[in-house]
Amino acid sequence: MPSQLTVVVVEEDRDRAIAIVDALKNGADCNVHVIGNTSGLARKIAEFAPDIVLIDIDHPTRDMLEELTLASGPLDRPVAMFVSGAAGGLAQTAIEAGVSAYVVDGLSAERIKPVMDTAIARFRMVRQMRNELAETRRALEERKVIDRAKGLLMKAKGIDEGAAYALLRKTAMDQGRRLADVAEALVTASGLLG
Amino acid sequence: MKTVTLPVAYVPLVDAAPLIVAREMGFAESEGISLDLIAAPSWSSVRDMLAFGRVDAAHLLSPVPIAMAMGLGGVTTPLSAVSVLSVNGNVIGVSREIEEKLRDAGFGFDFTDPVAASDALSRVCSKPLTFGVPFPFSMHVELLRYWCENTALGADGIEIRTVPPPLMADALAAGDVDAFCVGEPWGSVAVDQGAGALLLPGHAIWQFAPEKVLAVRTDWAETEPNLLGRLMRAVWHAGRWLSRPETRTTASELLSRKEYLDVSPELIDRALSGNLTVTSRGEQRHVPHFVEFHAGAATFPWRSQAKWIAHRLGRSHNVEHDSVAHVFRADLNRRHIAPTGSDFPGASEKVEGSIRLETPVASARGQLTLLPNSFFDGRVFDPSPKD
Repeated sequence: MPSQLTVVVVEEDRDRAIAIVDALKNGADCNVHVIGNTSGLARKIAEFAPDIVLIDIDHPTRDMLEELTLASGPLDRPVAMFVSGAAGGLAQTAIEAGVSAYVVDGLSAERIKPVMDTAIARFRMVRQMRNELAETRRALEERKVIDRAKGLLMKAKGIDEGAAYALLRKTAMDQGRRLADVAEALVTASGLLG
Repeated sequence: MKTVTLPVAYVPLVDAAPLIVAREMGFAESEGISLDLIAAPSWSSVRDMLAFGRVDAAHLLSPVPIAMAMGLGGVTTPLSAVSVLSVNGNVIGVSREIEEKLRDAGFGFDFTDPVAASDALSRVCSKPLTFGVPFPFSMHVELLRYWCENTALGADGIEIRTVPPPLMADALAAGDVDAFCVGEPWGSVAVDQGAGALLLPGHAIWQFAPEKVLAVRTDWAETEPNLLGRLMRAVWHAGRWLSRPETRTTASELLSRKEYLDVSPELIDRALSGNLTVTSRGEQRHVPHFVEFHAGAATFPWRSQAKWIAHRLGRSHNVEHDSVAHVFRADLNRRHIAPTGSDFPGASEKVEGSIRLETPVASARGQLTLLPNSFFDGRVFDPSPKD
């Protein structure tokens, strides 16, 4: 019976970290540690002597993990980026789900798989939530700009809100541009002229 | 010619300019391609996107494809560096604390003399200095090591740690690093934020260091020669456009856009013009060829450059480094850039560090002049095998 795997998750967002840790503890037989503060990351990871390190693929501090892949790096055993060949198409799926995994030298594919399956499912969910949040924020921002552009037109041309909106929409259609882009251009131009 | 969309990954830096300009100024379009530029948050992410086929080409640190061929790092997919995207462009800087110590010791921040800078640093600092760099396989690391091992700081006088450039100012403030070597605009950002001062440009250590390359998967280069050629020519034209001084303002404006670097055009202009502000007191220094996209056959991937990088990596990591020079594809560069009418050097290797003055060299059309490529200590690197 091999000993339990030690997994380190690098994640600054506390709620997201808890969600990932819970999923991993339920889905795979492993010990999970979270690193939230990424200052001196490679050294902190080395202290846990992990078998697997998981990090969001878009995390800017990912490059700090590259040091772990070096024989002269801070770990006893160098880790490799988890790549296909080790466990079929799993690496590709992981990348699409937005998780990158670093696995110590010599760990068998069967032992990695349950951890990766769980991590992939969880990161996919996290990514989807984040995309939805970003989309909502963007829509809200655009809405604000359109409102300001409408206000500017109403004031400058003495028209009502409906007419101002219609004018923006017609301009956007005539120029083949997005309504929000036309509104933004107007707000910027008015800022410059005002 | 049907327009084909090519996904290309890059890190938002001044030296991604040839890709951005190729897209924005119509050079890609005139080759019948449309560049889908994907900004990446880290170099590992650029490498993975390229290795796993998410993108077909990438803006990559010149040592990365060579390190991969040597089995270093996490991923080993064979890559080809088909062109050099930029030569030089890095800066070495120190924290405010060290800046003050250097100033008190009478150091003038001349921004030209690596020997004097190393002397001054070793005099004011008692413990080994920790330098932050963007990636373990980078020209940043190689220039730092080369500089230190041949000057007062000495090979053991520094530690090198990976810190993503956007976090460098924080790392300096937190005392995680004492100094840094980064690409622009990050050095200028550090100066403007009052986080540190600039000590040397990379150019002062090696006058002609291949900094970023245009990299593709080697199998893709073989199966898509036509697309590869179009991409390489579009980027070559963009580099030539960037080398004309009158395009600088436009280039700075383009790069500064929110979807690219998202910093002020003035900050970008410092690198493009070579007029750098080196301290938060506003002291300015001019560096000729601070970053070069075209002149002196800048885009030609010399196999001797690859050999120098492999030699240095092999020494640091204690691995075999023979037969990786082919990663720099002088052959593909000649074949695909030739239709532009560009002139090519007759040879694919040269003695690195041997050119002290602008030198006309044997070339296909006899019009080629190479720029100085000296190392600061005057040593040369002979790429031919030693028996």
